[in-house]
Amino acid sequence: MDDFLAARAQMAMSLGFHIIFSCVGMVMPFLMAFAHWKYLKTNNEIYKGLTKAWSKGVAILFATGAVSGTMLSFELGLLWPQFMKHAGPIFGMPFSLEGTAFFIEAIAIGFFLYGWDRFNKWFHWFCGFLVGVSGLASGILVVAANAWMNSPAGFDYVNGQYLNIDPIKAMFNDAWFPQALHMTVAAFCATGFAVAGVHAYMILRKKNIEFHTKAFKIAAGFALIGAFGAPLSGDIAAKSVAERQHIKLAAMEAHFKTEKGAAFVIGGIPDEDKGEIKYAIKIPKVLSFLVSNDFNAEVKGLNDFPRDEWPPVMVVHFAFQIMIFFGVIMIIIGMIYLFAVFFKKEWLKKNWLLKTFLVATPFGYIALEAGWTVTEVGRQPWIIYGIMRTVDAVTPMPGIQYSFYFFTAVFVSLSFVIIFLLTRQIKMVPKLYDPTDPQFNDKQKKL
Amino acid sequence: MIYVVIGFLWLSICLYVILGGADFGAGIVELFTRKKNRSKTKVLMYESIAPVWEANHMWLIIAIVILFIGFPEIYTTLSTYLHIPLVLMLIGIIARGTAFTFRHYDAVKDDWQSVYTQIFYFSSLLTPFFLGLIAAATISHSINPDAKGFLDLYIFSWLNWFGVAVGFFTIAICAYLASIFALRETADRMELSLMIRKSKQTMVFVVVTGALVFLTAYLSDIPLVMWVFSKPLGIMATVFATICLILILRAMSRRKLLPVRALAGFQIIMILVAATYQHNPNIILFGNGQHLSLLEHVAAPKTISALGWALMLGSVFILPFLFYLMASFSKLRK
Repeated sequence: MDDFLAARAQMAMSLGFHIIFSCVGMVMPFLMAFAHWKYLKTNNEIYKGLTKAWSKGVAILFATGAVSGTMLSFELGLLWPQFMKHAGPIFGMPFSLEGTAFFIEAIAIGFFLYGWDRFNKWFHWFCGFLVGVSGLASGILVVAANAWMNSPAGFDYVNGQYLNIDPIKAMFNDAWFPQALHMTVAAFCATGFAVAGVHAYMILRKKNIEFHTKAFKIAAGFALIGAFGAPLSGDIAAKSVAERQHIKLAAMEAHFKTEKGAAFVIGGIPDEDKGEIKYAIKIPKVLSFLVSNDFNAEVKGLNDFPRDEWPPVMVVHFAFQIMIFFGVIMIIIGMIYLFAVFFKKEWLKKNWLLKTFLVATPFGYIALEAGWTVTEVGRQPWIIYGIMRTVDAVTPMPGIQYSFYFFTAVFVSLSFVIIFLLTRQIKMVPKLYDPTDPQFNDKQKKL
Repeated sequence: MIYVVIGFLWLSICLYVILGGADFGAGIVELFTRKKNRSKTKVLMYESIAPVWEANHMWLIIAIVILFIGFPEIYTTLSTYLHIPLVLMLIGIIARGTAFTFRHYDAVKDDWQSVYTQIFYFSSLLTPFFLGLIAAATISHSINPDAKGFLDLYIFSWLNWFGVAVGFFTIAICAYLASIFALRETADRMELSLMIRKSKQTMVFVVVTGALVFLTAYLSDIPLVMWVFSKPLGIMATVFATICLILILRAMSRRKLLPVRALAGFQIIMILVAATYQHNPNIILFGNGQHLSLLEHVAAPKTISALGWALMLGSVFILPFLFYLMASFSKLRK
């Protein structure tokens, strides 16, 4: 494996894992704070148990997200020193603010986890909520930095020099809002579905039904916000890509020839050499409409651009299709659930509905990873879009492949341990978290 | 504004060494405690770090962020030539952070605990060692961009006896801080005398490894003695650090422990001052005679002023909240 490829693979893998850890860490606190709020309002001890159970999940994932985030702040320099040398002072602003947000999150989590019965209950609740707010802020800020790579702003590039640097303009680049909005919504969707799926499984196994049903309802609620928000925010994001990155849009749709009234392509296998797509379903004129609200608008095709500026069309197209596929499935599940809530209450107890949610557990995260692949692979061959190529940014140090193997091993084992730990938390629900269970005994642990 | 940014960089490095260091030290002290006293030590150490341990490690991120925004050349130089020890340190950070969490948040307490504990111990040892090694590499003229060949560029840029000695010294400092910080967590006389014994042992360890640092510096032609003792500030810092040592010993023998934490923290700051002041503002000294300076190799003025404002704004939010956290939990334990 050559060093450049290894560096890209390592970065992609690190971010791929970090995205999962941090999105859970970003949304779980809101689930937790919601359950906590229910507890404070209703005094139902089950909600207190649920809050504590979820807070353990938050603690575990926050800690993993924090270490993988620390690692990334180093990896940027370890793998892409040339990029960081020039880009650091321009796009660094959100990172410095993110440091603050992250710090507040760490402090708030300390207050929350160790603060039961020690502080005013609403101050304690607020700390839990603050964990979510600051987590969300960190997420948005980091995405703003990434958006800058897709939509560079806040400097003049003259003869290879980066002049008139303005970090504030760089932060509020054209892509930050659409990207941050879509990412946030997707995080809610993915985490909501994942949590709902886990609790659905426990209900299906007839374990602590009341406890898990309460948990399921809250998680499903959050999943719905995400599932219905995703197409709206996605539309904003796609329109913004269409404005700024014609090549990326064309690659997403495997759209080779420039034409008016372009068709929306579903599925198919793109052939880069022949410049065509096989076995695809084409819906006439819809792409033009989606991009610019006009059925006859012109959409530029890949053939209009030099070949060495194309991203890997196959990867971007497939990733985009996967994202849309799972997105649509989640919307359908969401609609069924809403229908059940309003018109067919008896469906909510049916095994098929719970099984559907069980199957959908990873869907949100699959879509999220796919969407991220579209954004990042679609940006290639650039690391700063239109300014610096990724290949020019890579570290001169040889032997990056070993570092890649090593980090892969670290991340894979980390993921296994997290799954192992979360399973054990769930297994302990009767003893530690569900006060209605005969085995319940919260005195055995001091925390 | 550049001085504000440098101030924050310095502050976050100091706080990381003191707070993060004490945190690493907790694992080190536990590792070198006899089985008999281990569980007691663990409870003591845990009490003193649990609620704040996440926050302690944020200082490293703040320092890194300041470096890559404000001083990109310094950041990229470090991450290019010190790639390998940085990766090794990262492994320590990851292993330690996760093992700590797993130790305390695994719902079932069984044999897995000993696995987490072993990982926790060794990563607590590994991380400060490489931190020290990296710090040593920046001033030992071992990084040389003009060198040829993989070994000279990427291995001997950090691998030398001086670096190893500084690594051990950093381990010693961490263990020392942890045992001093735990003094006031003790509940009875037995525990207190146990921790006082530990503090004295680690103090000896600091002095011995400190001597080792000077010895290896002398052997590697690094004029460390001159750096530390040629200017009044360096001498003053050394004197202050020694006075602190005496005061801490007195406080321990009289069992009046109120000032020990502050004294130990101040002592560490003085050691950092003594070690770095001489070549300030130069932060990396290259093998080819050149250097990178905090005042010359700096980002554009607009970036620095934005960064300075962001840091000041951040500290308005962070510091009161953080002190409230620390104060609440140390009060609640009483």
